[in-house]
Amino acid sequence: MSSPLATAAPAESSSSQHVVNDFSISVATVNGSGSQTANLVLLRAIFQMGVPVSGKNMFPSNIAGLPTWYTIRANAKGYIARKKEIDFLVAMNAETAREDVLSLDPGRAVLYDVPLKLNELRDDLMFYSVPFDKIVAEVCPDAKLRRLVKNMIYDGVLSHLLSVDLGEMVEALSKTLGKKPKAMALNQAALEAGAKYAQEHFAVIQHPYRIQRMNKTGGLILVDGNAAAAMGCMFAGCTVVAWYPITPSSSLPESFISYMRKYRMDKDTGKATFAIVQAEDEIAAIGMVIGASWAGARAMTSTSGPGISLMSEFAGLAYYAEVPAVVFDIQRVGPSTGLPTRTAQGDILSTAVHSHGDTKHVLLLPASMGECFDMAGDAFDLSERLQTIVYVMSDLDLGMNTWMSEPFTYPTKPLDRGKVLDEAKVRELGASWGRYKDLDGDGIPWRTLPDTGTPSYFTRGSGHNAMAQYSERADDYTNNLDRLSKKFDTAAGLVPQPVIDDVKGAKVGIIAYGSSHWAVIESRDLLKDEASLDTSYLRLRAYPFPESVDAFIRRHDRVYVVEQNRDAQMLSLLRIDIDPALQTRLRSVLHYSGLPIDARSVTQSIVAQEKQ
Amino acid sequence: MSTETSTPTPAPQAKKTNRLGLELASYRGSKTTLCAGCGHNAITERIIDACYEMGVDAKKVIKLSGIGCSSKSPAYFLNQSHGFNSVHGRMPSVATGAMLANHTMAAIGVSGDGDTGAIGIGQFVHLMRRNLPLIYIIEDNGCYGLTKGQFSPTADLGTKAKNGVVNDLPPIDTCALAIELGATFVARSFSGDKKQLLSILKAAIAHRGTCMIDVISPCVTFNDHEGSTKSYAYVKEHDEALGEVTFVPFFEDISVDYEPGSTTEVTMHDGSHLFLKKISEHYDPTDKLAANRLLHETSLRGEFPTGVIYIEPDKDDFLTSLNMVEQPLAFLPQSMTRPAPSVLEELMAGLK
Repeated sequence: MSSPLATAAPAESSSSQHVVNDFSISVATVNGSGSQTANLVLLRAIFQMGVPVSGKNMFPSNIAGLPTWYTIRANAKGYIARKKEIDFLVAMNAETAREDVLSLDPGRAVLYDVPLKLNELRDDLMFYSVPFDKIVAEVCPDAKLRRLVKNMIYDGVLSHLLSVDLGEMVEALSKTLGKKPKAMALNQAALEAGAKYAQEHFAVIQHPYRIQRMNKTGGLILVDGNAAAAMGCMFAGCTVVAWYPITPSSSLPESFISYMRKYRMDKDTGKATFAIVQAEDEIAAIGMVIGASWAGARAMTSTSGPGISLMSEFAGLAYYAEVPAVVFDIQRVGPSTGLPTRTAQGDILSTAVHSHGDTKHVLLLPASMGECFDMAGDAFDLSERLQTIVYVMSDLDLGMNTWMSEPFTYPTKPLDRGKVLDEAKVRELGASWGRYKDLDGDGIPWRTLPDTGTPSYFTRGSGHNAMAQYSERADDYTNNLDRLSKKFDTAAGLVPQPVIDDVKGAKVGIIAYGSSHWAVIESRDLLKDEASLDTSYLRLRAYPFPESVDAFIRRHDRVYVVEQNRDAQMLSLLRIDIDPALQTRLRSVLHYSGLPIDARSVTQSIVAQEKQ
Repeated sequence: MSTETSTPTPAPQAKKTNRLGLELASYRGSKTTLCAGCGHNAITERIIDACYEMGVDAKKVIKLSGIGCSSKSPAYFLNQSHGFNSVHGRMPSVATGAMLANHTMAAIGVSGDGDTGAIGIGQFVHLMRRNLPLIYIIEDNGCYGLTKGQFSPTADLGTKAKNGVVNDLPPIDTCALAIELGATFVARSFSGDKKQLLSILKAAIAHRGTCMIDVISPCVTFNDHEGSTKSYAYVKEHDEALGEVTFVPFFEDISVDYEPGSTTEVTMHDGSHLFLKKISEHYDPTDKLAANRLLHETSLRGEFPTGVIYIEPDKDDFLTSLNMVEQPLAFLPQSMTRPAPSVLEELMAGLK
């Protein structure tokens, strides 16, 4: 089998070698200190220099005063998953500095505030000490603002140490603060003071990490998944949103509100072509979505795990009474309150069978910014086509972190409003119509909307027959449940299909989904380079699974299902649905630390299991 | 061609038609499955009468409910209307969503005292607070009928259940709560008072905003015994009608005679008139504080006042505050709901 994996080679700190465009920076600060601007300026400057980059915020569930780490990864090959190892630490938080420094691999670099005296902790790291308080006092006369401005100084120092063009940093800064000339001037001064200090004090040292201009980001955008999904909802013709604030979902409806106010006011009347309600809780939010969808609107809510739990009863109603509803689940770490500001793919199983009784739901699994945008449209189309609740399973990593992306593509397909009877269709169907009758053999009945001159019916979550009449008859119940199963089979052909990369001769397959994708594509290269292991890859984009998933597993001896939860939730779902003969081929790669999954962990797990 | 089978019972006024040329029968629903003598059936009849007399277009009505005996009743009226029997205590959110989708509809929501006062109190609170245009009827019998007679939160302190258990918690006064929270039409009635309930329902149809109507509706099976404060006998004895409620719809001539000073006249949103003959010189149903004082004082005396307790005819409702386009959101064409490609280009340019 494969050769043992070499451990990650530490970056050389000797003067002979630089690491160019392949390292990670971690900025350790205290939350509420205004470091986000500085971090985004650094990220954007690297992006502007054409170097692929990603930014991930490891922040506390707190407003101010607790530790936060922002990691930026630059990678010439375009790997944008989290990198497990930190190469360059910016230690601004006294509380965590010691532990942060002790956890670094040898040869890494540390930039720190002079009073922290971190250089006394280890002698196998490269240390840069900067007197932040002294520099900030010189550029910022107003003592109250110094705490916020201080962070721009490390950007200035980094511009010199990492060869990030100062001009690009200034441009990146003006993108954020350009409309506030006073703040811009103050921050620019701090940036330049930091750069000047570094030039004067670190000029003779050979710095180990460098950013060099490339042309790999031309035409790309930087965006977060919640903004992407919000845009997707706007272009999907969404008209009603009901939501309840919850991390990490809130920025989705909030972005949506700002887009809608700008772009969805009727030109002739100046009035809104939408209604957005902040509900009293998640139960009310999904109730409003179901009410609105029942009456014919395209309605959506966005939440996270705890909200999903609360919505459970209504989910069953939407399934059984066959009412469309779109729910974004920006997954975070559970169970219970869990780690509200950390990422996971932990709601897969509970959402696939959300609610009591026999239920099965359509899940869409976006992996990229483009898919957060596109799948918003898919979700509304599928929800109305299938007359059921559809979940878009994003997560905190996708939703709240900054990602590079191709610009989004304008949707060309017209909105699919599904099987809604109009007066002409009513005449055509005559007496054959019944609200829950399967007239087309696909398990999807026709519905009518109030106020359309079409026949009324009574919607209920209690037992009903094909004519929507109350019924407790055994055959009515069974027929209904069987038709719902048939409808779910129909869904398998309508949902976004898996993306499959079959490698000739590969005996090992990988199945992953959502944000795990980025670690997997990097890991496949590592497996090939370091362990000579060829792998095929199937990326799931939705539940239910189409037949191609079975076929993929059948083509491979062993298939690793990579996901970010403890209990192998997608693997469990696969076990329920695939050919039982294939079950023994499935193996599991799990990552559930709350941090986004990284390629090194995936690689190590697969190599270890391949050795068994 | 509705999917519910309607069973119009021949009424004396069967040949009579309303201003839409419709007979009373066209406002009926399916046959009730509730107990014979249930107060809820009487309320259903009054809803049918009120819609008929007001000439309501049933195609422009949606009817919704939660769970419980009360919540079955929307199936028993207005067969022409789309109906939604949702989940326990959550009808307000479903109704809110439906009205967001189509603000041109009229909505009737039927709930019970458990559905509202216990599991649904949260949604009830926020519904009242929003002043969503909706007629919200509590069919209030002080107990859970469908699960065989447990106390609900409107059961009075000291009232006795059928099995002899005495209720040791004070009731929630849904009217006081609704007034406090922002409902703009608050009434209490008794399922046995045909005339009063009909007038109140007609006035509610004319009102724009949340109409909260608590209708004491005895449960003949589980809460009609001696010692119960929600029995027919007890309610008849303690019903303290605030006075006569006379409603004159906008399409009829006003011909009400009253002594000056004895009656409050309220002009409704649609031009209809409501005449409330006073019981006391000091009580003004448009005065929030007075309404709450009245509820408080009568409850101390062990009575419950019936009639229109509070009305605020001109307050903006929730849907108006959302500044939506005139056409229902449900029916907006794609040209109004999908912005042009130039908008996406502009957004993308901003992210480069």
